[in-house]
Amino acid sequence: MTATSRAGRLRALPALTVLAMLGPVAAGLAGTLLPAAGLHPAAGGTGLSLGPLRSLLDWPGLAAAARLSVVTGLVATALALGGVALLLAGWAGTRAFRALERLLSPLLSVPHAAMAFGLAFLVAPSGWVSRLVSPWLTGWERPPDILIVQDPWGLALIAGLVAKEMPFLLLMSLAALGQADARRRMQVATALGHGRVAGWIKAVFPAVYAQIRLPVYVVLAYSMSVVDAAMILGPTTPPTLSVQIVRWMGDPDLAMRLTAAAGALLQLGLVIAALGLWRAGEAVVAALGTRWIARGGRGRAADPALRAIGLGAGIFSAAAVLGGLACLGVWSVAGFWGFPDALPDQLDTGSWSRHLPGIADAAGTTALIAAAATAAALVLVVGCLETEHRRGVALSRRGLWLIYLPLLVPQTAFLPGVQTLLLWAGLDSGIGPVTLAHLVFVLPYVFLSLGDPWRAWDPRHAVVAAALGTSPVGVLWRVRLPMLLRPILTAAAVAIAVSVGQYLPTLLVGGGRVATLTTEAVALASGGDRRAIGVWGVAQTAAVMLPFAAALAVPALVWRNRRGLHV
Amino acid sequence: MSEGLTLENVRIARGAAELIAVERHVPPGEVLAVMGPSGVGKSTLLAFVTGTLAPGFTATGRVLLDGADLTGTPPEGRRLGILFQNDLLFPHLSVGGNLAFGLAPGGSRAARRARIDAALAEIGLEGFADRDPATLSGGQKARVALMRMLLSDPRALLLDEAFSGLDAARRGQVRALVFDIARDRGLPVLMVTHDEEDARAAGGPVIRLGEDQPPG
Repeated sequence: MTATSRAGRLRALPALTVLAMLGPVAAGLAGTLLPAAGLHPAAGGTGLSLGPLRSLLDWPGLAAAARLSVVTGLVATALALGGVALLLAGWAGTRAFRALERLLSPLLSVPHAAMAFGLAFLVAPSGWVSRLVSPWLTGWERPPDILIVQDPWGLALIAGLVAKEMPFLLLMSLAALGQADARRRMQVATALGHGRVAGWIKAVFPAVYAQIRLPVYVVLAYSMSVVDAAMILGPTTPPTLSVQIVRWMGDPDLAMRLTAAAGALLQLGLVIAALGLWRAGEAVVAALGTRWIARGGRGRAADPALRAIGLGAGIFSAAAVLGGLACLGVWSVAGFWGFPDALPDQLDTGSWSRHLPGIADAAGTTALIAAAATAAALVLVVGCLETEHRRGVALSRRGLWLIYLPLLVPQTAFLPGVQTLLLWAGLDSGIGPVTLAHLVFVLPYVFLSLGDPWRAWDPRHAVVAAALGTSPVGVLWRVRLPMLLRPILTAAAVAIAVSVGQYLPTLLVGGGRVATLTTEAVALASGGDRRAIGVWGVAQTAAVMLPFAAALAVPALVWRNRRGLHV
Repeated sequence: MSEGLTLENVRIARGAAELIAVERHVPPGEVLAVMGPSGVGKSTLLAFVTGTLAPGFTATGRVLLDGADLTGTPPEGRRLGILFQNDLLFPHLSVGGNLAFGLAPGGSRAARRARIDAALAEIGLEGFADRDPATLSGGQKARVALMRMLLSDPRALLLDEAFSGLDAARRGQVRALVFDIARDRGLPVLMVTHDEEDARAAGGPVIRLGEDQPPG
């Protein structure tokens, strides 16, 4: 087709996109593998050796750290998936569900660090929950001396991950529900006498799960290797494996980088093994489910209990994240706040004025990196989607795996390698490399956010415009992009949220010298200054929420007289 | 072979299966109706003529307009007006903006605006230039879409179920308007439809696809 031959520059974009997404991952893995095998001249590693591996095995916390990583990942993923399934099974289509959906959707963008701080402020012995029930219920006049946050089993970390990942899986499931023809499947199931929850699990869930399998894998890989949330909520002696890797990377003794690289390889292996285990679990669950269906039970008696659990899970997620954010907000303006008062004695804006200069600096850097990564991602993704449109080819299953791949490789496995390579190449770590590292994680989400609306656009608009004498470039700029303004701005807001929330890429690729709202907020974790954490947590959350507000407001304003573009 | 739209030995296949084989000449002002049940590939023929055939289809043969070969010309250079079942007005542009999109470039701002106002008056929509197309009735949208196409000064008309979206009363009106304009301007018309009434009203030759009948 002639349009293809004149799309020379466009044709390079898919290849460039794959390079931008997978190049740093591949290079980073290589940069991890070599030091793990003893090759790291700057740190005294000059030849192949088992030294790094041995020093990793010599670390007494290894077994516990690895177990923590695997257990938190598997348990958090299973609980989040189960909660979302029961919530959808028991409540989809009800008014309570719509209310919860509206509450949960914006939570998707809340940075993990802000969520973790908020949850810590809620459930700590001196936190809001404890204050609300003291002393009238508990009799506590002073915070009880129990370890809730940073508990050795990682329960607080699991709770935080479940609360944060449920909105993500819920949104992915809602998109899948439409294609699963859920309503008619449920009509059939209930007509055959199946209970609401049992019928949904039997008739709808398999179709939904097939669609959300990759997002579930992302949740599993992420939960196993998350660093910022684990530094705030997770245990400390030993911490999760990923946190320990970051500690080694930050050790003044460069030799520890070799140990870190060996740990990063172990982390990668653990994630691959856990994904394999999960995959095997899928087969087991499918076999059990088939037997359950064959037995013919209708499961109506279980409905009330299962629906209660589903609703409870949804409320837990919303309450944990929203309550935590509210708690951050209160602490940011708290004057003296003694236990067990539910609210501070007086409000004090001193914390804000004290931190505002620092926040302004960090916000500037954050905005610069987010804007550059977002702009690059939009150009690349629009270029890919437009090429796809002009060639008339759809994204293949393998293409979808490529998009998810950067999210499946644990950050701690390849980002240390990126830092090592930058060091070797003598390249300055700074805002440039950090932006490229952010792009790796921003690109997949922009793809996932923009892909469906882009493909849903009626291509006959392009035929009409071409018949009116408009070139393909003209169609793109004068027809398609303006008509898709709303999803494009939403994708941009998603991109900004992803970039703002990045902790590890900023820390490792920036060599610790690029200060964003997220790195500065997480750095406060060890200090325990609740007012400072409140201020930075609120600033960090505002940095992701404002773009979403703009993404809603701008199209409504620009297209206020264009009813055909209202949702 | 000169004035008009010529489909010269056009054969379109999907994989190994041949969908369409047509050899026809449509003189200026005449309507060639292509009929057949849905899914038979009627719209594919129009996609070939406009140069927007999806990959996966293979086509041979030539499309000639007034004797000149269009087959290698990009879609935007063919000057073929097309109307679909839906009006497909651009929702982000005003009614006047949609017409300006169609109006061939050139002329001062005021002159272009005057052309558009006159065009709106011609279809009974005087003063509608600043309106949001979404606020128009179905018949009004159809007329705007028709005028947008005419302002681009096409040399032939392609109709893809163009009247199917309209209710019975509007349908006859809009159809008569389109055919009258085609006759007045001497435009050859290639019409794809599943409605016998459309073919009768056109009063021209009819090709029936999907009913074992030798092409041509």
